[in-house]
Amino acid sequence: MMAPEAPARTPSAKPAQLAEPVLEIRGLCVDYGYGADAVSAVVDCDLVLRRGEVMGLAGESGSGKSTLAMAAIRLLRSPGVITAGEVLFHSRPFSEEGPRGTIDMLAANDSVLRTVRWSEISVVLQSALNALNPVITIGAQFDDLLRVHRPSFSNRDRWNRSAELLDMVGMTADRLRSYPHELSGGMCQRAMIAMALALEPQVILLDEPTTALDVVTQREILEELMGLRDQLGFAALFITHDLSLLVELADEIAVMYAGRVMERAPAASLFHAPRLPYTYGLLNCFPPMHGPRRPMEGIPGSPPDLRVLPTGCAFHPRCRWAMERCRQERPVLRPLGGPNREVACWLHAGDATIPRELAHPEPPAAAGRPAATGPARAARARR
Amino acid sequence: MRLLLRRLSFYVIAAWVALTISFFLPRVMPGNPVQEAISRATQSGVCNLECVNAIRLELGFGVHTSIWVQYLQFWGNLFHGDLGSSWTQGNQPVATLIAQYLPWTIGLLGAATVISFVLGTLIGIVMGWLRGSWLDWLMPVATLFQAIPYFLLALVLTMFFGETAHMLHLLPSSGGYDVYTVAPGMNWPYLWSIVTHAVLPAATVVLASMAGFILGMRNQMITTMDEDFVLVARAKGLPRRRVVWYAARNAMLPSVSNFSIAISLVVAGQLLVELVFNYPGIGYHLFKAVEDLDYVLVQGIFLVIVVVVLVANLLADLVYVLIDPRARQEAAG
Amino acid sequence: MTAGAATTRTETPLAAAGLQPPPSVLRSRGLRVPRSPKVIAGLAILAVFVVIAVIGPVIAPYSPNETGIYCRTACSGARAAAAWLQTIVVHPAEQVCNAAGTVCFNSPAVLAFLPKPPSGAHWLGTTVFAQDVWSQLLVSTRATLLVGFIAGAIATALSVLVGVTAGYLGGNADEGLSLLSNVFLAIPGLPLLIVLASYVPSAGANVIVIALIVAVTGWAYGARVLRAQTLSLRNRDFVEAARVSGEGRMRIIVVEVLPNLLPIVASTFLFTTLYAVGAYVALAFLGLAGAPNASPAGLWNWGEMLQQAYPQNAVASGWWWWWLPPGFCIALLGMGLALLNFGIDEFVNPRLRAAGLSRRSARRAGISLRPRLGITPVMHRRATGGRHSATAAVATDAVGSEGAAP
Repeated sequence: MMAPEAPARTPSAKPAQLAEPVLEIRGLCVDYGYGADAVSAVVDCDLVLRRGEVMGLAGESGSGKSTLAMAAIRLLRSPGVITAGEVLFHSRPFSEEGPRGTIDMLAANDSVLRTVRWSEISVVLQSALNALNPVITIGAQFDDLLRVHRPSFSNRDRWNRSAELLDMVGMTADRLRSYPHELSGGMCQRAMIAMALALEPQVILLDEPTTALDVVTQREILEELMGLRDQLGFAALFITHDLSLLVELADEIAVMYAGRVMERAPAASLFHAPRLPYTYGLLNCFPPMHGPRRPMEGIPGSPPDLRVLPTGCAFHPRCRWAMERCRQERPVLRPLGGPNREVACWLHAGDATIPRELAHPEPPAAAGRPAATGPARAARARR
Repeated sequence: MRLLLRRLSFYVIAAWVALTISFFLPRVMPGNPVQEAISRATQSGVCNLECVNAIRLELGFGVHTSIWVQYLQFWGNLFHGDLGSSWTQGNQPVATLIAQYLPWTIGLLGAATVISFVLGTLIGIVMGWLRGSWLDWLMPVATLFQAIPYFLLALVLTMFFGETAHMLHLLPSSGGYDVYTVAPGMNWPYLWSIVTHAVLPAATVVLASMAGFILGMRNQMITTMDEDFVLVARAKGLPRRRVVWYAARNAMLPSVSNFSIAISLVVAGQLLVELVFNYPGIGYHLFKAVEDLDYVLVQGIFLVIVVVVLVANLLADLVYVLIDPRARQEAAG
Repeated sequence: MTAGAATTRTETPLAAAGLQPPPSVLRSRGLRVPRSPKVIAGLAILAVFVVIAVIGPVIAPYSPNETGIYCRTACSGARAAAAWLQTIVVHPAEQVCNAAGTVCFNSPAVLAFLPKPPSGAHWLGTTVFAQDVWSQLLVSTRATLLVGFIAGAIATALSVLVGVTAGYLGGNADEGLSLLSNVFLAIPGLPLLIVLASYVPSAGANVIVIALIVAVTGWAYGARVLRAQTLSLRNRDFVEAARVSGEGRMRIIVVEVLPNLLPIVASTFLFTTLYAVGAYVALAFLGLAGAPNASPAGLWNWGEMLQQAYPQNAVASGWWWWWLPPGFCIALLGMGLALLNFGIDEFVNPRLRAAGLSRRSARRAGISLRPRLGITPVMHRRATGGRHSATAAVATDAVGSEGAAP
């Protein structure tokens, strides 16, 4: 892991104070298809990604988490259509070039998107082998990227920069001559991460970047990624279905179900004191990487068909604590006691009795990751 | 090299199977056609006793040696370049005759296939990229052209453009060059005559075969554009031409590896086109030979067609190795 | 899902979209396929030809072989002669001499019929042999379709046998069978077909024999596709599970593998039928499928019609009614089969399906942009922008409340 430089390690960080937002998603709605055939994949979602922080986005497949992220940067494939909401990118580029000020991503045209995407917001997709062009070398793919965004670079410069980037993710420069199929899955994903960081973006969207890898490689890559985050100071939206993974690296976690954000909390709070039955189920279907063993429970049933959602709370057919109200009214996200957390669940509204499992006390503040972000932010500010 | 050697040995096997079939066919088929062929040769007056015996030997009719001995002789003759001789063509050796026919066919086939493949691939790329635009109207047109047999298209083109037909009188629609006004040789009138005579047959082959390349490429393009790396290329802000190239380069791979099927169909189609336009290639002469029951010539021409198609396949394999690094690695290993 | 569905569906997106599924998407995937215009068109074309194949010979006004049909309707004596004279050309008698020029005689006047263009009596005119083209066309449909379908069925059966066996068994069996199908794929089909047919001159008299000959040269492609598909199926969980639970090999192939191959098998059938029709017509055009007046008599088919027209110079002479109708039928049938095949392709490969994506549907939905890769369209359903929002919102609300009222 790459440590931040020593002078940056000042104790002046104030974890309680929130960093300024870098990517704001407000009321985003995404449909697949038009008109009568439309299926809503994301409904009325709010997310705020703060500068230098890692936001985790969790949920089962089909919960809309990838759709949300891809739609935010207008990279969602057809028949995806954004039908409502706004996405604001508050740009404060690390380098001299690049757009400044607030950019409305949904109003942006092709040329604006060109200046924002990849240079300020980049993406790492689940399967690197698919994300890399199989018929040209890794080096050529770096070269294509730098040729567009760094027109002043000479051939030599581009090569050196590519080698430097590979070195950053622990690969040797001779890999530039390799084709994707000659590399392992982990290597490909490293190369992809290097490519995503090539232009020093402020935000990086990680769409299940390690799901396709084995556990050991996954571990290595995540540590490297977090090291790079501390070093470079980008903010990350980390999408995964593995909540236990997020707990270790995210500052804040949002849990999605059936296209809606259902719970949002600081990572430690969400992990130690989940308030949503669905979150509780997710936490108990993956073995935690550290900590005491717990019986695995999982969630009965399967994710809902977005075309035929249940009435009321979409999760109620699978919820062991479902009440009559859950079948009829849809809960909305509302603030909850505790620091900066929200949940959409009738159990936490009104006079319902909260089950023991969902009533764990909040963990002591400043535990876990958030403390570590202080120096990183300072390091970035110095640049 | 290993991959290419493997492909080469595969083509050798394919050729062996094809030629073995053509050796056994006259020997196992019910005797009538061969018998009739021989009696027709005998009665023609062109074919003397020696010639008739040669035909008998070639087709294994009324010969008393064992079939395996004949088979060995067949291969022995092949390796000496001896394909027998054709009584309908004044007892000339079949090999000599084919050497005369082949340049016409290869020239027409080569030109038409290259034009058709390149144009069809380009149109397919554009149609795939611009899916949902007005270009989609080309789809039913391409489907129609794909469904029309080559020779039918040849007839339609003759009707519209042929000199002898009544409509536009634009282009010659019969023969390889104008036998009445120009003398073969290295002179401009002759070469020009060849070109004008090739226009209609080549246009037929191009039009008929291009539709397949267009549709195949379009579908591949659409499938490839759904791949992550194209989306990533777009996200990286690469120029549009570069993004299209990313997709097209990958979409072309199946199209090249399926070339063997395409080339078989093109060759088959062109044989009939030659007949319609009286184009003096191997196709035209194959049908004349079939009509005259000149089986020795038929077998010789079949052999040449097999070889031409297999060589075209081998060329496609070479191209594939050049454009797909995965195959290149395998070929080098 | 109850009463609320109808009222909230259209104009209140946020509340309704996620909760109230539009009824159309509830239809199953299986029902969606035939809705594609391609498939409907293909099925319609095929249905028309099948009907003609069945009733064609019955409704044909004349026999396809019958010559001199001009006289059929009560013509006798002078009137008949007049009718004939209109359709003949008398070549002037000319002197014909032998090579040495010693013997000369006057050749008799050659009587040649001119084909008649389409008329009320002959919807598609007549041939140069004074036969009714419409009747020939009707009668020819049956054999053309029969040979196509039978050959397609035989070739598909061969493909399934070879492809699925190779893909499922693997190992040496796979090596051998793959080699066999690849060899047959590499050997050019039509030349082989021509050579085969030239040795079996009587094949044209029998639908089965000619279909067999065509099928032998047309099975290899399907076998290759099916093998690849079987290979990928073999390693799927449900096949693995069946194998582990000790089911027999045949049973797994028939019960687990084959049903999943059905779309590919159907596609193979259509593809080989298309090939077979083309090959049969080509053979007939070359005169290798037996002439109807030969012995044994060949079958009337579209290729045979072309075969008779072409040497009589029908194309150059402008007698389009003689050769264009069979040509058109060939193209139309081919197109019908190809369209159906596209439908199956889109079913198998959903990426090819334009899911509500066409320009038209986009325009109907209110955006004029063609969806472009990498720029997700934004379509604010409630209000588009500052300028229009007020009026648009009012209008929508008005419509919405009116619509909801009853």
